Amino acid sequence: MNTIAAIATAASSSGIGIVRISGEESFQIIDQIFKGKGKKEKKLSTEPSHTIHYGFICDGDEVIDEVLVLIMKGPKSYTGEDTVEIDCHGGVLVTRKILETVLNYGARPAEPGEYTKRAFLNGRMDLSQAEAVIDVIHAKNQYALKSSVRQMEGAISKRIRQLREKLIYQIAFIESALDDPEHISLNGYGETLHKELGPVKEEIDELIRSSENGRVLSEGIETVILGKPNAGKSSLLNALVGEERAIVTDIAGTTRDTLKETILLEDLSLNIIDTAGIRDTNDVVEKIGVEKAKRAADQADFIIYVVDGTCPIDENDEEILRVIKDKKVLVVLNKSDLFMVLSVEELKEKTGHPVIVISAREQQGIKRMEDEIKSMFYEGKIDFNDQVFITNARHKNALFHAQKSLSMVEESILSGMPEDFYSIDLMDAYEQLGTILGEAVEEDLVNEIFRKFCMGK
Amino acid sequence: MQYLEESYDIVVVGAGHAGCEAALACARLGLETIMFTVSVDSIALMPCNPNIGGSSKGHLVKELDALGGEMGKNIDRTFIQSKMLNQSKGPAVHSLRAQADKQSYTSTMRRTLENTDHLTIRQAEVSELVVNNGELTGVKTSSGAFYRCKATVLATGTYLKSRCIYGEMSIETGPNGLMAANHLSESLSKLGIEIRRFKTGTPARVDKRSIDFSKMEEQFGDKVVVPFSFSTDPETIQKEQISCWLTYTNETTHEIIRKNLDRSPLYSGAIEGTGPRYCPSIEDKVVKFPDKDRHQVFVEPEGLYTNEMYLGGMSSSLPEDVQYAMYRSVPGLENVKIVRNAYAIEYDCIDPRQLTATLEFKAIKGLFSGGQLNGSSGYEEAAVQGFMAGVNAAMKCLGRDPVVLDRSQAYIGVLIDDLVTKESKEPYRMMTSRAEYRLLLRQDNADIRLRKIGYQIGLVSEEQYKMLQEKEIAIEKEIKRLESLNIGASKEVQRFLEEHESTPLKTGTTLAELVRRPELNYFMLTEIDKQRPNLPKDVAEQVNINIKYDGYIRRQKQQVLQYKKLENRKLSIEFDYSNVKGLRKEAIQKLNIYKPMSIGQASRISGVSPADISVLLVYLEQLRHQRKETASREDES
Repeated sequence: MNTIAAIATAASSSGIGIVRISGEESFQIIDQIFKGKGKKEKKLSTEPSHTIHYGFICDGDEVIDEVLVLIMKGPKSYTGEDTVEIDCHGGVLVTRKILETVLNYGARPAEPGEYTKRAFLNGRMDLSQAEAVIDVIHAKNQYALKSSVRQMEGAISKRIRQLREKLIYQIAFIESALDDPEHISLNGYGETLHKELGPVKEEIDELIRSSENGRVLSEGIETVILGKPNAGKSSLLNALVGEERAIVTDIAGTTRDTLKETILLEDLSLNIIDTAGIRDTNDVVEKIGVEKAKRAADQADFIIYVVDGTCPIDENDEEILRVIKDKKVLVVLNKSDLFMVLSVEELKEKTGHPVIVISAREQQGIKRMEDEIKSMFYEGKIDFNDQVFITNARHKNALFHAQKSLSMVEESILSGMPEDFYSIDLMDAYEQLGTILGEAVEEDLVNEIFRKFCMGK
Repeated sequence: MQYLEESYDIVVVGAGHAGCEAALACARLGLETIMFTVSVDSIALMPCNPNIGGSSKGHLVKELDALGGEMGKNIDRTFIQSKMLNQSKGPAVHSLRAQADKQSYTSTMRRTLENTDHLTIRQAEVSELVVNNGELTGVKTSSGAFYRCKATVLATGTYLKSRCIYGEMSIETGPNGLMAANHLSESLSKLGIEIRRFKTGTPARVDKRSIDFSKMEEQFGDKVVVPFSFSTDPETIQKEQISCWLTYTNETTHEIIRKNLDRSPLYSGAIEGTGPRYCPSIEDKVVKFPDKDRHQVFVEPEGLYTNEMYLGGMSSSLPEDVQYAMYRSVPGLENVKIVRNAYAIEYDCIDPRQLTATLEFKAIKGLFSGGQLNGSSGYEEAAVQGFMAGVNAAMKCLGRDPVVLDRSQAYIGVLIDDLVTKESKEPYRMMTSRAEYRLLLRQDNADIRLRKIGYQIGLVSEEQYKMLQEKEIAIEKEIKRLESLNIGASKEVQRFLEEHESTPLKTGTTLAELVRRPELNYFMLTEIDKQRPNLPKDVAEQVNINIKYDGYIRRQKQQVLQYKKLENRKLSIEFDYSNVKGLRKEAIQKLNIYKPMSIGQASRISGVSPADISVLLVYLEQLRHQRKETASREDES
């Protein structure tokens, strides 16, 4: 089995992140990127198992972070394989950088649940667990093929499928010409193929870009906007989304249901749930909305608390403050275009969270707010579901590899290689794209099951 | 009447290309072997085209030779023209093809067989297989003799219930009017083996004196002939070669064919067997490629002993009068005289998915099968299967491990894996596109890939194996030298590069880097490579290919690693899949019928989904756990 790596912790406010590597090449990889303290060389592969080492992770000459590295030699590790854990303390951005470095040096991103799967395959799980797994597969298997495709339903899978069709057509053409030169000629084919590959590569580029920005729409940081009625939650949402999705009126309580919207902040995607304002209400319909808002806040990764700057803190606000206690919150002091009775300092003290002044209606301060959210995220102040990142890293990785293989085909064409060489890399690109759709054997149902069935990592 | 004639280790039924290789392999391994044929005069007969090798088939012959087979040596002794095909393409699709002198090919092979120790040749028709409790104990001939044996290799080719057809004529014979074998199919059926019916065909043979060659293009052999066999010294086979000729069909030809399609047994329904898509008759080509206004016709000598010429590309089963009209519409053939008519042949064969990858019947221990009986087509495909079936029959007798080549090791591995795994509704022909790891499976490195295995089997001599090891060391040494030898941007080097339209050097580089440039190669660099040792040509060729295509080779090796993972998870053919909870019904059925030898093979069976494979993987782990637990319990008690 090849070597896998993933961020093993959700980025937390403590700022400590763990990157875990597992597989045969774990030590080979860590030896290349770990530098001990001082100048002396320290090869972790020769150190005893279950020891911790202090030093730095470097990519060539560039020092990425100061770290503690825990090494465990198989079979005495969770997965049963050689395992290395890198504890760093630089927040999400640095943790991610370390993961990327590890990937560059030969690991591949772990599938969700893959650590557990390996633990199982390497005999680190007991029989009853194994049997339970088989039961789940049995149930799953009824619609196995369909469901693995449905995983990635929608526009992206359709686009990838079309790309694959284009590639397989070209592969088939080359192969048939090699086998039947009497009827199919490859004269001038290099040029034709080169032209065909242009748009395919552009589309893959576009997909890579979109995976950098938006990733997959349904994934992202679950975000809730809270605030008492008419504090300007819907206006804020509109300002962020850029279209009139939530109805904005001056009458308190017009947002009856929760709305879902995704906002892209460069690298981040926020799944925003706009909620009914929280206030004591006797209106049954609105009561449901309020309950929902409270529940949503409980489940959210991140809360934006909108405060009406024109009126003092009241019992509705107090209620909200109770809900958001111990949560990751950005306080937004709204209506700066009107006369404000509340100050930033006052709110900071009251809430213990960062505060930003905006006018949602006039679209002022929105950019600053976005920047603040980003920096909170990168400094590890916002938790996020790390599976989101892994899934995307995997897709991105596949796209990236496919793109690389196609570049190699182009290189072969330009350097005048014979046509039979094209198909090696074309096939690689085809397979890589297949892993995104779950149409390769490696990307199989066992992964699925372990992701859903077994506990974390 | 029945009596016991003799006992043997191995019985081989059939003396075609598969039978010969099987019998030689077994006898050479010291096993008492008897080979049956309906006619001793038809040993190693070439009843169809007069050539050995060709695209991807040339690979098979070279692989067979590396393992210790005979075909390569035999054609090296008897060829009259030789050509390396596809030279404009990459080294992976270069393929050797030689025109044989048919008579000489046959008699040379016969002499080899006759002079091999432990090998008996017997003219008789084997009509029955004797099986006891799922285990083969011997064979019976139609004359009533019983031969006891430890294993049998069936290599009956196209002779089982064969029927030759052209137009309204239908004659119950094997190829070339030879006697058909009419009893064995029944015995196979009785043993529960599923029989199918395939067909293939051959073009007419015509009188050389009736051909006007001035209207055809002459096709010469290569100036320097490359041998098929790794043990043939190239020096000894450079000789004067005989030409082939190329002409084309035209619209008139096609019109004649179209008008008479209703008289073709293929289209009238008189032939039930399925023919190969990749070796179509001329009527098939005209129907399937209506846009093509002409098709190639290769006019090839059958040998030095005869005036007969073979009309490659124009096999047919049309009636005699239509054959005349159609051939005579082709430029150069206006006055052609037919010696033997074109005909289609229909014959019984088995569904090869009843075999394991060792070519042994899953249901009958000790019974092996190779060649056209397994649903393949072609001399080369037959020969390699015969060889592998023979080797595995021998391994079984000797109590040694079976020999199975996988898809990343050899075209032979691809061929056999396809046959025993994938459903095929037509005669199977080898093609380069069937090999996923083509770049590694080149004809030029067949010895490096397989010599060692041949040596381990015992069919490659110590001396030959040592030669290979020396070759490998020489290759490695030279590659190292080129990778580490820095070459400066001297005037001489710059001038050399300029002459070959290659970018001048800015700084020094290694010679290997220069070899990698598309416009250069190892051989061209001799001029500026002052310390180059004098190396044999085959070593130099390997050095060139390995350096030049290094990147591609490495990427292909990565792909092989992926493939091997599933291939190395072995499955027992005793395994009952109905016990595996979670498998879909269709998968259980297919797996129980075909009993794959590995997870990898299972994944290639149609009807088995990736999800089923996952279930199997989990189940195997569960079994392993159980075994471990039982073992540790036993340890405790």
